[in-house]
Amino acid sequence: MSGALRLYRAYAVASIRGQLQYRASVVMAAIGTFVATAAESVAVWALFDRFGQIHGWTLPQAALLYGMISVSYAVCDVLGRGFDAFGAMVKAGDFDRVLLRPRSTVLQLFGQDLVLRRIGRLTQGLIVLGYAIAAGTIDWTIARAALLISAIGCGVCAFLGLLVLQATSAFWTVDSLEVWNAFTYGGLMMGRYPMPIYRRWFRAVFTYVFPLACVNYFPSLAILGIAEPLGAPAITGWLAPLAGPVFLVVSLQIWRIGVRHHRSTGS
Amino acid sequence: MPQIVVEQLVKTYQIAERTPGLWGAVRGVVRRRHRAVRALDGVSFAIERGELVGYIGPNGAGKSTTVKALSGILVPDSGRCEVAGRVPWRQRVAHVAEIGVVFGQRTQLWWDLPVIESFELLRDIYRVAPAPYARRRDQMIELLALAPLLDVPVRQLSLGQRMRCDLAAALLHAPEILFLDEPTIGLDAVSKLAVRDFVKQLNRDDGVTVILTTHDMDDIEALCTRVMVIAGGKILSDGPLEALRARVTRERWLTIDLVDAGAAIDDPHATEIRRDGHRVCLAFDPQVVAPAELIRRITGRHAIRDLFVENPPIETIVARLYAAHGEAAGGAA
Amino acid sequence: MTGALRPYRAIVSARFRMLLQYRAAAIAGLWTQLVFGLALIMIYQALYRSSPAAVQPMAFAQLASYVWLGQALLAMLPWNVDADVRDMVRSGAIAYELARPVDLYGLWYSRAVAQRTAPTVLRAAPMVVFAGVVLPLLGAADWRLAPPPSLAAGAGFVTALAAALALSCAISVLINISLIWTLGSDGIVVLFTTAVALLSGLMVPLPLFPGWAQAALGWLPFAGVFDLPFRIYAGDLAAGDLAIVLARQLGWTVALIALGRWLLGRGIRRVVVQGG
Repeated sequence: MSGALRLYRAYAVASIRGQLQYRASVVMAAIGTFVATAAESVAVWALFDRFGQIHGWTLPQAALLYGMISVSYAVCDVLGRGFDAFGAMVKAGDFDRVLLRPRSTVLQLFGQDLVLRRIGRLTQGLIVLGYAIAAGTIDWTIARAALLISAIGCGVCAFLGLLVLQATSAFWTVDSLEVWNAFTYGGLMMGRYPMPIYRRWFRAVFTYVFPLACVNYFPSLAILGIAEPLGAPAITGWLAPLAGPVFLVVSLQIWRIGVRHHRSTGS
Repeated sequence: MPQIVVEQLVKTYQIAERTPGLWGAVRGVVRRRHRAVRALDGVSFAIERGELVGYIGPNGAGKSTTVKALSGILVPDSGRCEVAGRVPWRQRVAHVAEIGVVFGQRTQLWWDLPVIESFELLRDIYRVAPAPYARRRDQMIELLALAPLLDVPVRQLSLGQRMRCDLAAALLHAPEILFLDEPTIGLDAVSKLAVRDFVKQLNRDDGVTVILTTHDMDDIEALCTRVMVIAGGKILSDGPLEALRARVTRERWLTIDLVDAGAAIDDPHATEIRRDGHRVCLAFDPQVVAPAELIRRITGRHAIRDLFVENPPIETIVARLYAAHGEAAGGAA
Repeated sequence: MTGALRPYRAIVSARFRMLLQYRAAAIAGLWTQLVFGLALIMIYQALYRSSPAAVQPMAFAQLASYVWLGQALLAMLPWNVDADVRDMVRSGAIAYELARPVDLYGLWYSRAVAQRTAPTVLRAAPMVVFAGVVLPLLGAADWRLAPPPSLAAGAGFVTALAAALALSCAISVLINISLIWTLGSDGIVVLFTTAVALLSGLMVPLPLFPGWAQAALGWLPFAGVFDLPFRIYAGDLAAGDLAIVLARQLGWTVALIALGRWLLGRGIRRVVVQGG
């Protein structure tokens, strides 16, 4: 395990050094990403400015949802480039090189590229989260703070799991990877608002299939001190985030099946 | 006990077919047809430790499929394969730790990093201990003259420089077997010679088994004592280079430089196959007319400035072999 | 006349053919947009339900149509650069482009037309069927893409949409031309595309923006691509306002084409001076 971490660190350092050669480009791209995500914030703000609240949730409360999921996705975006760009890798035949090295494919792909410019989205997410904490009337305890951080971490796992599934599907079809955007970007958009506004089947998919609600909505209820409207026990908010890492583990198993299939059929 | 044993390897691919034209494209949205391609059709051979084997064949013949199976990337449909006592695709990690692979058209080095940093990353990936790594690295640097390139990012290297670095990179972990896929493609003459010399020396001094896949027949002639020819998924020929030549044709070529460019060469035992200004190339069978006799007859009748006798280039040999196979297979290859 | 148009027609046709090859990608994109559309509708419905009618600039049914039109016609929005142009600029192959015996701006405009129309036609049809026909059948009639309230509105929409296409292509070409200077830098491209997405009504329908922002938004060129035609369709703008809408759209189109031609001329000189 320590060998794996050591190699990951070597990968990370190499990737960062490679990117820092294009310092200006990285900074520009980071600014661009920040502006793009900030524009989304403007859109959300405009809606709350006009409508005041959604399903009883005010802007600071929605900002907690928004900030948490934004930060989760941003961190995943930085870490998961190898899986995100896997479609192109398989198409170019570069996955062969990964198979030719005596290390696990998962480790190699996670080490692929630490995309620095995604810091723009991370910054925006942290700002929104900061606003939610500052403007909100949250009754802070150590437990709630810990829950916030762990929920964000579990959110990273959930999104990484999604990227792994997306990459796995590239073994079967390289052209239709866009289907996953419905879950990644769709999830990102829908996670900003409380789950009850969506229809039952939407909620079910984003709770039991891709556990977005588990890493975002339920812990937010616990942090904000709101009772779960459908009557689930209070403990739900505290345990639900674990669905994130579980989802990632399951995804990685499916990835292994995908690699086996790829090696049997060739390219 | 051969180091590499391959027995009756079979591999079939399913290729999706695309119908041309706009209407075909619309129809393709609804239904896709598939065609089965037999990339490997019972391939068998054995390679001893320390051999330098050339593996040639037309495109789509099954060369890269064989190499992929041998390196553990691909699982064949049926057949047996053992490399250094392991089944490559069953023990992938253990197996690839003992082999090196160089693709001529793709580098395994990190594009934006200085060469030496790529080497160090590979050292970490292959878990090479510091002392053996340093020794090996320095040996490669010296043999391939890499010292001025170490701090240069890979993207700034010329093709020849990159190939030398890729060779070194593939050997840092001291593999027993080296697969070379088109290593001299696109290289200038000097780089080609450097690569060939290096591979020859590596094979001779370190006993590294080398399997060379290439279209460049000069590589084959310079390096390989043994050549395997594959076409249509089947091994057509496996043995010494001379045997390959002899099998396809006994023909020799006599090339003469005429004083009079327009002179017609008329000899019952020689066929003119090419004429370029003053230079004329004649094909003949040495068993029908001895080379010395033919030369005497031709120089007796025409004024000659220069002449030489050679074997047909290996390209011609191989092309005839492919063609013969194609005819035998009913043109379906 | 047809002979002169041949190279431009060929570009559009080639694009169609290319897109049809990627059936899986087309279906995948369709699926994603359907999910987005439904999610947006649910979000807006929740916002509407928990607010007084006074803050609602248009009826929910009209807003639903606006959202679906945006998703269906997404490819018409000038929010992505032409990958070919970006690659050409990066690799220096742009020099070959300048050697072609055709009017360069016209050629790039045709490229933009191809890029905007081919995917739109392929994407809009199934989306309109889903949002207009399937949704009511599934019992979600309040979410549907309703037909225009009158024939005049429908005709006005079609006219405004044609002008919107011309405007969108003009913006598209401008963005592509700017690549000559920005060299395809990701950061700048993202800034452009973000501005387009936000200011055209894609992220949030323009009528939902605060009142004080509406006037400014209406005068920007982006409003003419989506917002104005959509509002004619939904009946939020009276069919009689068509003349004003067209004036705004075409005014901006002419201005941006003129700017584009001039900028392209400067760009050509720059590329030639730099040696490609």
